[in-house]
Amino acid sequence: MSFYDSFIETAPALLVAIPLLVAFMTPIMSKISSSLRKVWNILGILIVSAVMLVLGFEVLSGGGAVSSVYVFGGREGSLFPLAGGNIARISFYVDGMSAFMGLLMTVVAFGSLIYSLSFMKRYTGLDKYYTLLFLMLAANLGMVFTGDLFNLFVWFEISSVAICALTAFRTERGESFEGAIKYLVYSTIAGLVLLFAIGILYGQYGHLNIVYLSKAIGGHSEMLVMDKLVLGILVTVFALKAGSVPMHMATPDAYSEAPAPITAMMVTASQAGLYALFRSVFTLYGANIQITQATVHTAGWVVVILGILAMFVGVTMALVQKDIKRLMAYHAISQTGYMLLGVGVGMAVYNTPEFLEFGRVAMSGGIFHIFNHALYKGLLFLTAGAIIYKAGTRDLNKMGGLGREMWLTAIFFVIGALAISGVPPMNGFSSKLLIYESVFKFNPIIGAIAMLVSLLTLASFVKVFYSAFMGPRNKEMKRGEVPTTMLLGMALLGSVILVFSLLPGLVVRTLVDPAVNALTGIEGTTGTSLTLFTGEGSWNAIVLLGAFAVALVVGLLIRSMGHKGTTPKGEGAKPYLFGNPTEVDGKPLTVTGSNLYWGFTKALSRYYRPTEGAHSGLLNEYIFYLIASMVIVMAVMVFL
Amino acid sequence: MMGELPYLAVVALIGIGLYITLFKKNLIKLAMGITLIESGVNLFLISLAFRAGDEMAAPVFTLQLLGDKTYSLPTPHALTLTSIVIGVATTALLLAFIMQVHRKHGITTTEDLRRLKG
Amino acid sequence: MKAMSPIVRTMTGLLFAPIFLFGAYIILHGHLTPGGGFQGGAIIATGMALFLVAFGSERWRKKLLSILESTGLMAFVSIGFLGIVGGLFLYNFLAGTGSPIFGQEIAGMAGYAHPNSAPLLSSGTVALLNMFVGLEVVSGLTLIVVTLGLFAFSGKEDD
Repeated sequence: MSFYDSFIETAPALLVAIPLLVAFMTPIMSKISSSLRKVWNILGILIVSAVMLVLGFEVLSGGGAVSSVYVFGGREGSLFPLAGGNIARISFYVDGMSAFMGLLMTVVAFGSLIYSLSFMKRYTGLDKYYTLLFLMLAANLGMVFTGDLFNLFVWFEISSVAICALTAFRTERGESFEGAIKYLVYSTIAGLVLLFAIGILYGQYGHLNIVYLSKAIGGHSEMLVMDKLVLGILVTVFALKAGSVPMHMATPDAYSEAPAPITAMMVTASQAGLYALFRSVFTLYGANIQITQATVHTAGWVVVILGILAMFVGVTMALVQKDIKRLMAYHAISQTGYMLLGVGVGMAVYNTPEFLEFGRVAMSGGIFHIFNHALYKGLLFLTAGAIIYKAGTRDLNKMGGLGREMWLTAIFFVIGALAISGVPPMNGFSSKLLIYESVFKFNPIIGAIAMLVSLLTLASFVKVFYSAFMGPRNKEMKRGEVPTTMLLGMALLGSVILVFSLLPGLVVRTLVDPAVNALTGIEGTTGTSLTLFTGEGSWNAIVLLGAFAVALVVGLLIRSMGHKGTTPKGEGAKPYLFGNPTEVDGKPLTVTGSNLYWGFTKALSRYYRPTEGAHSGLLNEYIFYLIASMVIVMAVMVFL
Repeated sequence: MMGELPYLAVVALIGIGLYITLFKKNLIKLAMGITLIESGVNLFLISLAFRAGDEMAAPVFTLQLLGDKTYSLPTPHALTLTSIVIGVATTALLLAFIMQVHRKHGITTTEDLRRLKG
Repeated sequence: MKAMSPIVRTMTGLLFAPIFLFGAYIILHGHLTPGGGFQGGAIIATGMALFLVAFGSERWRKKLLSILESTGLMAFVSIGFLGIVGGLFLYNFLAGTGSPIFGQEIAGMAGYAHPNSAPLLSSGTVALLNMFVGLEVVSGLTLIVVTLGLFAFSGKEDD
């Protein structure tokens, strides 16, 4: 066995062990000197990224099958079932889907760490901050690599604890404790229910290893009621981790209160929840699909409905927010809905002829959207951090005019906003196109809702751009652009988005297709190096940009034929506001961000009043929503 | 019947815990409710460990010398221990947060913990 | 938080030694009998909590505790990395090698009276890992108790 082979075999364990070692060494390094701590942390993230890149390349180039199995504390092949069938060892499996998620997490963690170097400079207790950051990275990576259900629970809880401690990191804000308490209570209760479900599976089959459990679950002539109940619990708990409505209540609180780079990483942590959801449906319950088909289809419909709720409620709640980070947090929920929808459609038609027709494309869209979302949402949270850093406030109504000096941040913001709204040719459009076209075939109404949500997303980002970057300058704000390392973090994510916008087919072929193959076990491709095939048509960003360029040239030609040198005079030089006064008390009239969509919210007040009322902030009610939705999902799983 | 008693205790513990988390507004009581649910789940795992039978699965024969074939699986014990450790961490964190909001803002109930809403 | 009455302090001083001994026994025998690093560490930490209640929370050195905690965790992960020498992360490279550090071989179960008994110096890295977990748990739990105690009774912020 060559060095490379043994390296690949050990890599999954190293990817958890190195962040842990970096995390635990950080306080000691910090005692020596703070610059040593900085070097140590940067070195740590570089090594983790390098190991992940090598492992990801190895796994993804192999087409997505399980390429690296690591058994803790044992030699190769020692995954022995003891007599009686109990497997005592924890093992890590890395296939296309895990490698895909791992790559994403390391890229976002890298950007966040670089950005943190100057963003967090003014705070004390930074050794704890970086310790928790690496702990969170280790937990997220562990969650996507593990092949053991109990180990999954352990990483789930470590991730929650790290997230909560980081949410409460800025102790000067009382709200940060509030967000942390809510998220902690929510995820602890969910984690305990998850442990209960794992206990049921263990009691039933005597295994914790996912591969062995999946063989046992379909091993009867028909599904057991207990197994259906367990699937209901798993779906609800992991949907909670992903932040799906109606179990999302604590998510915006924690997202909006955590420091910006941590929020960017929390997005990938929530996607680890999505990963676990897909894994438990496809791998745990999909191994004996002839037996479990009906249950998997029901789970698919549950996931589709959770996805629609998340998309719609998320975006409509985002539209009325005043706090810039809270607004983006609701968008994170809304975009999670797309991923649930795409992969849920794949689940709902799994193992039927429709799966090959449109289900696989929907899954590619959903998983591609995970990738795009982590990048552009990470970028957007970082720009929100930059805006707050300079504006000194998070209230959209109080900021304005930042675009003149923070034009670089504004450009990064526009890149992120266009991508999240699915405007061609950005990467968000490529994945949403796959979802639109396949979901439309699944159910036209759901497809229409997906498009409407994109429209509303664009509307609310217009509001943010208008409030933060345009309008008159607020005198109290700090001047100038944000520090260089913050720009570097944003530039890293922004340039990755631009490159992948131009090459959607390449990303789908090299990253997404292996992931879908690994989940479903059905080979297929949805892209070549430049073009993306949706099953119905194709999409090529280069062709579209060429068309844009031609249109631009034609437009400039037409413009050059016009009269030159005319300047507007008299009434024509003034702004026109439909006859309303343009100045109030000698100041130019401005419309604040929250009044921008006044008409829309007024018209929909019948929807908004109960929905805003449901987000009451009362923890007991939130727990009730969690328990109630869990009971409903379990009932649906058993009786439908 | 005796074999089912632990499971009844599990149901009772989780039920009381859920009742507290749903209906009690004091934050410390909320933390207690969560701890009760946790104890219930841990008891459930431990109860799963006791099996009667001859399957040899790396068992811990606590009573073998007395001729009793009841044995205890080691895995659930390891699981329970891990979940207790995690429970200690989350409870400590939760209590620290509750103390902070009480000390800094005088908040003791979920009613007052409602600045983040909408 | 002030110290309690002399009766309590004397009793604590008397009780602390047995508590510590029992915890250490649970840690050191973790690979042979029920118990291990966490359980033993928790027992010793109870003793520490008793100390805190009896003698007050003025003279605790939190920096030392946090360094001890980091050391325990780091040593744990380092032993895991040493396992790579034997081929894999966390590989038990000491077991059965005959080395004086927990390397004694277990010559079948036949020679022992009880089915779960084995030599104390067997088990390889497991015993070492138990010890470091014990160190981490003692210092970690004591740190939690001391921090909460300081905070709850004297209102002193985290330094």
